[in-house]
Parts: sequence; structure tokens; C-alpha cells
Amino acid sequence: MISKEQVAHVAELARLQFSDEELQQFTGQLDEILNMVDQLSEVDTEGVPVTTQSVLLENVMRADEATMVTPRAELMKNVPTEKDGLIQVPAIIDKEDD
Amino acid sequence: MNFETTIGLEVHIELKTKSKMYSPSPVSYGAEPNTQTNMIDWGYPGVLPSVNRGAYELGLMVALALHAEITPFTHFDRKNYFYPDNPKAYQITQSETPLARNGYIEIEVDGKKKRIGIEELHIEEDAGKNTHADDGYSYVDLNRQGTPLIEIVSKPDMETPEEAYQYLEQLKQIVQFTGASDVKMEEGSMRVDSNLSVAPIGADKYGVKSEIKNLNSFNHVRSALAFEQKRHVAAYLSGNQIRPETRRWDEPGKRTILMRVKEGADDYRYFPEPDLPPVRVSDAWIKEVEAKLPENPKQRRARYVGEWGLPEYDAGVLTNTKEMSDFFEEVVADGADAKQASNYLMGDVSGYLNAQHLELKDIALTPAHLAKMIALLADGTISSKIAKKVIVQIIKNDVDPEEWVRAKGLVQESDPAVLTPIITGILDANQQSIDDFHAGKDRAVGFLVGQIMKQTHGQANPKVVNQILNAELAKR
Amino acid sequence: MDYFNTSIEQLHQDLLDGKISSTQLTADTFAAIAAKDDKIKAFLALNEDDASKTAAAIDAAGVDSSQILAGIPIAIKDNIVTDGLTTTAASKMLANFVPIYDATVVKKLKDAGMVIVGKLNMDEFAMGSSTENSAMKTTTNAWDHTKVPGGSSGGSAAAVASGEVIAALGSDTGGSIRQPAAFNGIFGFKPSYGRVSRWGLIAFGSSLDAIGTLTRSVRDGAHVLNAIAGADERDTTTVDRNDGDFGINIGKGVKGMKIALPAEYLGEGVDPKVADQIKKAADQLRAMGATVETVSLPHTKYAVPAYYIIASSEASSNLQRFDGIRYGFRAQDVKTLDDVYVRSRSEGFGSEVKRRIMLGTFSLSAGFYDAYFKKAAQVRTLITRDFEKVFADYDLIMGPTTPTTAFGIGAKVTDPLTMYMNDILTIPVNLAGLPAASVNAGFADGMPVGLQLIAKPFAESTIFQAAAAFEDANDYLQQIPGGQN
Ligand SMILES: [Mg+2]
Ligand SMILES: [Zn+2]
Repeated sequence: MISKEQVAHVAELARLQFSDEELQQFTGQLDEILNMVDQLSEVDTEGVPVTTQSVLLENVMRADEATMVTPRAELMKNVPTEKDGLIQVPAIIDKEDD
Repeated sequence: MNFETTIGLEVHIELKTKSKMYSPSPVSYGAEPNTQTNMIDWGYPGVLPSVNRGAYELGLMVALALHAEITPFTHFDRKNYFYPDNPKAYQITQSETPLARNGYIEIEVDGKKKRIGIEELHIEEDAGKNTHADDGYSYVDLNRQGTPLIEIVSKPDMETPEEAYQYLEQLKQIVQFTGASDVKMEEGSMRVDSNLSVAPIGADKYGVKSEIKNLNSFNHVRSALAFEQKRHVAAYLSGNQIRPETRRWDEPGKRTILMRVKEGADDYRYFPEPDLPPVRVSDAWIKEVEAKLPENPKQRRARYVGEWGLPEYDAGVLTNTKEMSDFFEEVVADGADAKQASNYLMGDVSGYLNAQHLELKDIALTPAHLAKMIALLADGTISSKIAKKVIVQIIKNDVDPEEWVRAKGLVQESDPAVLTPIITGILDANQQSIDDFHAGKDRAVGFLVGQIMKQTHGQANPKVVNQILNAELAKR
Repeated sequence: MDYFNTSIEQLHQDLLDGKISSTQLTADTFAAIAAKDDKIKAFLALNEDDASKTAAAIDAAGVDSSQILAGIPIAIKDNIVTDGLTTTAASKMLANFVPIYDATVVKKLKDAGMVIVGKLNMDEFAMGSSTENSAMKTTTNAWDHTKVPGGSSGGSAAAVASGEVIAALGSDTGGSIRQPAAFNGIFGFKPSYGRVSRWGLIAFGSSLDAIGTLTRSVRDGAHVLNAIAGADERDTTTVDRNDGDFGINIGKGVKGMKIALPAEYLGEGVDPKVADQIKKAADQLRAMGATVETVSLPHTKYAVPAYYIIASSEASSNLQRFDGIRYGFRAQDVKTLDDVYVRSRSEGFGSEVKRRIMLGTFSLSAGFYDAYFKKAAQVRTLITRDFEKVFADYDLIMGPTTPTTAFGIGAKVTDPLTMYMNDILTIPVNLAGLPAASVNAGFADGMPVGLQLIAKPFAESTIFQAAAAFEDANDYLQQIPGGQN
């Protein structure tokens, strides 16, 4: 049973916010979905490897060559706020640059 | 109460490639903001990454140079977090299966050798750069976004700040010699995060860690760790709790400052990157990389001593940086005597660099010019005294030493046909000195040489002068 | 004009013969859209100026017999980026987003001389099975405007089924091409994972996403797939292999073909009328010389939970880039950086997208990864093995595409779980990366029923062979949606 607090924590990780009512509703729906998902626990997966890709490729790599630059003016077309070729955002204050 | 300190270092080093780790845009420094990027670096809707084989190979080189075990089959993982310099809101890294594990670095502190373990090395991408203006906004430049990085995580094997300092010195040297990176902290191509904890000796677990971020010189690392060590011990002694904190070094204040208290572990929601196929490193590939691996400093030192007859001391100094060692080898390759080359590099050249706070690449000196100057000295064209003037010139200016000494009239006169008449003339005029000489007064020779030098404006080759003078004196 | 009684081959012949020009065909297409789209509501953007220029250029250059697609109009699902043409993924987040590059598939269609007429509605970010999750509008089913067209490629399916266009591109992460194709009685094809480049497809579930085709006929599907398939250096999950014309075996029939019918695909939850049509199809294929035998895919019932964990986890990460900073929606009056993130995302995404982001974020979060993401990825292995076992003995798997025919608009949208179960028959294919199609298999209560055909990886041509034989043996293709013409 997922709690409202857990859902609120997940929302924070996902940078989403919900009203109390929405949170209530999401908690109910997520709980229902997770109940459905809990069926998976019936499956014996002891020693079964994971599949995270659908096609068995290996070592598909590119030579170290610089072949693709997108003009800045193109990239800036969709930027909501820019200044002097830089993307502008409200001041970063929560933590140091790392 | 006595305490023991545990230090671990996480070092990020930018790999020297032409293009980014997961995108074919250029890696270059100092360009106009956002001009070295493409839509992949920007995390545009619909774009996909691709792996730079060259970068992966440089990573393998570093791993081999650090005696690490290469992971034969690896995949990439996503590390999820939101930040303006992180356009996809995830970093593509290797979390579950790093490029290599279990390496080591040998350090020496106070004559004692110690092996510091390396937990793992993994490939990842650098973030862009945020700048914080005072207009209430921050600004994002994505030129650096995607630059290939190798992260080298040490084992918590260091016990003193000095060991950490030596570890970094050795790491820098080893990586530089692979050619995989310039390893310049000032330019941000090497970044160090340190973890330190202190516990009473014999305690069964480590103390609470504090992490120090954004250290921008090895000296700062050492100072910051020393400060933290004291702070932790003081806290213990006064019964205060050390919290898990992230701190930074305040150089003017010579202290660490709290950035934030860590509340629980960060939740990066790592999972395997679905957009990139895994990498299998065959034995054949490892052999190929090994074959490309340049000599390490230790091997170079052995060669300088064994083949070129340099003293151990010289070999050590010359291999301190790859830049100096490469330069030295080029001078020798250009025909210069190894010991002479070593003398000038360790003496005049290093003296100048230290005094001016410059590096070899910042000055005009070229290996060819130094080699030529040494050749001029060897064939008697110039004297060692003149050489002292020449070296200053070729350090500062892009001038050919031979042309310069000729233009300045500093070439030695070594021709006996020219020097003999001058010498006999001076002897004729100084019978008293000849008598003094025969009376055993050595001063007389000095006087005569002085007269000859005066008349030749100091350009007579002293060796030749001495030969002729001795012969003439014997005759009289 | 409409595209009911023609084909790509026919149009190509007409262009070669000078019976029609690309300019005329393009103008007729826009006229058809103008006439029908009020009710169908399939298009989100029209590309009239650019399309008529392209058509004029094709006419000026002339079409030759090697360019089967040249001069023929096509429409594109709105999660595939088109340079200079608004691409929204049916989200408020991208309502004003104008891409600065073409997806590889779009470039390939252009290279083949196709005329891109516009962008098609879908569930927001391809998350949904009814196109009701579009932030823009709800597309209707071509056969009954009170019913959903399916999703997420609902706009693509309805546009083709209603004769607005002869072909459209869609994307399929858990059935998003096949299910709407089934609901609209057309042919929808999802290629093997790695067959078609994803470069330029706005990612949903990266390890599951595939771009494919929606056409009325099987042959048309093969022609379009031929144009878009192939390895791409920009998508390193594409496979470098050249299997030639996917339609090469069309016309060879199904004699001697071994077809498996999984018992689970006709089990609980499948509408008996739908099951009847599929059994009828099985009998028909037998009569045509194929062997059809019942098999088991024992892990089928776990596909839906495994899929929702995996797809949502990948989506939660893929959709983090929509942060209001470099492109897309930024909330008004944001004061802090956190406002930019939280408010832009909370206001820009619709509720189904948020639900999946939440589910995915939860599945990957500390303490839950092993029980959710990892477990699902292990079950995915078992589902893939089920298929491998069957394909050791069979050429194809057949079954219904969907448990029911199209349902009413509004009937399920408030109940996410019921909506998710609707994909139970299509999802296993994506988990295993297989090629699959839905071909019209007749009607139940006047609504189309889809027959799903699944092949082993990269055996696309086997599907085209069987689907064309089935199509030729029936008159379903000749039936056209009534009511709105
Ligand atoms: Mg780290
Ligand atoms: Zn790192």
C-alpha cells in the first residue's frame, strides 16, 4: 500500500507538484496500478538475467571525429529566455555548481 | 585519545578527444558560449547518443596505466537529476559495470612506499557550465556538455593529507604520460572531490564522512583535508557530532565552509541506458591498447639513466611532467648531448619558468633551438659564457641561436691563423710576463689571457688561446 | 476525393502515365482533409505551402519508375520531428515547438519524393490507447465518430481509414500502431526493434519504441516500410542488415506456413465476437494451406505489469528533459529555478503523462528498483524466451490485436487500469522487440476486428506474405467506413 507521503516524495523527485486533491487521486490510482504490478512477484525469476534492450548489439561506436555542430542561432530559436548567447534561468541558489 | 583518519578521493579527468563522449560535436576550450554544441548536447526531443570509441580507448589506457582490471562486458547507465547544466536531466555514466576495477598507485611519503588502491574507473560525460550573475539570473553555456570524463575512485586507503597529495601527484603524472589528458586543474580538466572521516584508533567502523568539493589545486586538497582532520578530531574531543556534510575550501580564510548537510542518500534512480548498446572489450582490444600505451614515467627514468647515462636525480626531475620529458627527448633527438640538455632544462629553463610562473608551452623555446645552441657550444662556435646569453634569448624569442650569435658578433674566434699573430704581438709587448711565467708565477698567464681577450673583444676561443699561448711561451 | 479505391502502385502508375500530377494529388489531399477532418479530427498541423512546393518540384523533375513513392502525399504522427513544422507530441509542453531538424524517417520519405502534408494527433507523448490523452483534441474512429480511434497513433489510423491520406507514419511502444489500425480496420505495421531509426522520434520507452506504417493495404505498407527501414549512424540501436524488399514474398500465399495460435490470446477478457473472427481467420488460413496450431505463451499475463514498469521507468527519465529551460513550455511568472522546473512540468504535462512519470520514478527510486524495475526486466526475459520457444517451430504467431473492438469515447478514460489491460495482446511483442502487424479481419457489430501477425526478429517479409494472402482472400479492404461520406 503506497502512502500519500511516498507519492509526494516521488513527485518531488520528478519535479511535479500536485494539489492535495490530486495527490489523493494519484495515490489511489498508483496504488491500484502497483497492486496489478505486484502480480510479478508470483513469477520465479531466480537466476534470470534482465533484458533492458530488445536487440543484441555490441560495440556500436563512432570514430572520434567532430562532425556535427548546430548553429547557436538555431538552438536558441526555442529557448524561452536567453542573453548574449547564453541560456538564462532564474538564479541557481539551492546548491553550488557541482 | 588517538585518532585515525580515512581519506578517499574521487577524481574526474577530462579525456583529450576531438569530439564529445556521446555526440559528434567538438571538444574545445575558450570558444564563444554555445558554439561548440549540437542538438544532442542540448538534449533536444528525438536525439540519441552514440559512443565515442576514441574516448573509450583513452579510458582503457588510463585503466591499464593504473594496473586496473578491465571489465570485459559493460553497459552504460543513466544517472537522473535536474540541473540547468544537465540538459537531458540525466548523465550517461557507468554505474553497475564500470570500465575497470581494482587498480593502484604507488606513492612515497617520508621515504616510505605505500600502495593506494583504486576502487573503480568509469567513463561518463561532463556537464555544461552555469555562471551566476548578479542580475538575479544564472546563465548556461553547454560547450562543455558531453566532454568525455573518466572518474577514478580511490579506495579509502589514505591516512594523511600528505598521502592524498602524493596520490594526486602520482595520478596526474601517470595519466599525463598516457596522453589521455592534459590533467590541468587550473583549466578544469582535473577535478577532485575528497572524503574524510576520523575515528578513534581501534574503532570497528569508519567515522562520519565529510565531503569536500571543488578543490582546485593539490595544495588546497592537502590544506582542506588537514583542516577537516582537525575539525573532526576537535568535534570528537568536545563531544560534538560530525554530520555528513558537503563542504568547500575557502582559500582566503584557510578553512572549509559548509555547503549542505546530506539528508539521506541522493536518489539518482540509476538504470541501464536503453539507447546505447553495451561494450565488450576483448583481449585483442586490450592488447591493441597496451601496444599504444606510451612509456610511463618509471620506464622513461630507467631509460634516461640506463641508456643516456643521466644521474637518477636528473631523470626524476625531467619526468616530473610529460611536457618537460617530451621536450627533453626532442632536444636529445635533435642531436644534443643528454646531460647538456638536462643541465639547461633543469637550470636556466626551469629557473625562468619558476620565476615567471610559466609553463614550457608558454615560452618561445623550441627543442630545435636548444639543441642547436648545445651544438654551437660543442663545436666551439660559442663559449659557455655566451651560451648563458643565448639561452635567455631563445627562451624569450623565437630566434635561431646561430643567426643571433652571428648577428650580435658573439661567435668565438677559434682560428689559430687569426689568433697566433695577436698572441705573439701581445707576448712581444710583455716580456715581463714571460719572465714571470718562467719564474713560476701562474698569475702571468691570467694577465696575458686577459690582454688577448681584451684585444679580441672577448671572442677568442679560450681553449684555442690557451693552446697557442702555452706553445708560444714554451718557445720563449 | 479519397484514397479508398486506389493504392500506392496505382497512384505511381497514374503519375508515370501523366494521368495525375503530384500537385493535383496534394491539392486533392488537402481538400479531403478539409472535407473530413471536422469530424475525424486527425490533423494537428497542415504543411500546405511546403507540400505544394515539394509536389511542384516533383512534377517539374518528373517521376521515374524506380521512385515508387515519389509525388505521393503522406502524413506523420506528431511525435516524429519535422524540421520547421510544429511538432507537439500532442502536449501542451510542446504546443509551440518548431523542430530544427528532420527525423531520419522523415528525411528518408523526403528523399523518396514523398509529400508531407501534415502532423497527426495522438495520445500525449504516445501514452494512451484512445487518443483521448491528447492535449489538443480527441480524434474519432473512422467507422463511428462516437468511438475512439485507438491510440496512441489514433490520428494516423483515422486519417488513413477515412481516406484523408493513403499512408501515415505512427509509433508503437506497446501496440500504438497495431491497436488503432485494428480499431479502424486498416493495416498497421510495427517493424522489429532496430529495423527503423528512432532518430527524431520523441522518446517514450526507448527500448520499446518503434516507428512503423499505417496504410489501408498490406502492399502499401511494404512500400512505405521499404523507404524508412535501414541502419542509421545516429541511432546505434539500429541493425545493419539489408533484407531487400519487404514485399518480396507477397503473392506467394501461405501454403506450408506454420502458424501458432497462443491459447492465452483467446483467453479471458477477449470479446467472444472478436475471438470468433480470429478463429474464422485461422480456419481460412488452414484452408489456404497453412498449419495453424494452438501453442502456449505462459508469461503473457505478466506482460502488462512488466511493460508498465519498464515503459514508465524509461519515460520518466526521457521526459525529464522537458524542464522549461531550453525549449518547450515555461510556466508564467516563475521566480525561482525550482518554479521553472516544477510549475512548467506540472502545467505542461497532462495527467496520464504525470501518472506514468510517477509510476516510473517510483519504480526506479531507492529501495524499489529491485522489486519493480529489475523484476520487470527479468520477466521481460521470460516473455522473450516464450516467443523464442514458439518460433523454433513456427513461422508466425496469430491472434487478435485487441481484446475488443473500439470502445466509446469517454468509456475508459477515467479508469487507467482498464485502459492498460486493453494492450495485453500487443505489449508482449514490444517487450521482445518482434515485428508484428494488424490486418483487418472483418467486423463485429459493425466495428473492425484486427488480426495480429507476429514474426521472429527481422522476419518482416513473412508477415507481409501472410497478411497479403489473407487480405486478398477477403473483401474487407473493399469495405469502407460509412456514415461520414
Ligand atoms: Mg561520483
Ligand atoms: Zn562522476
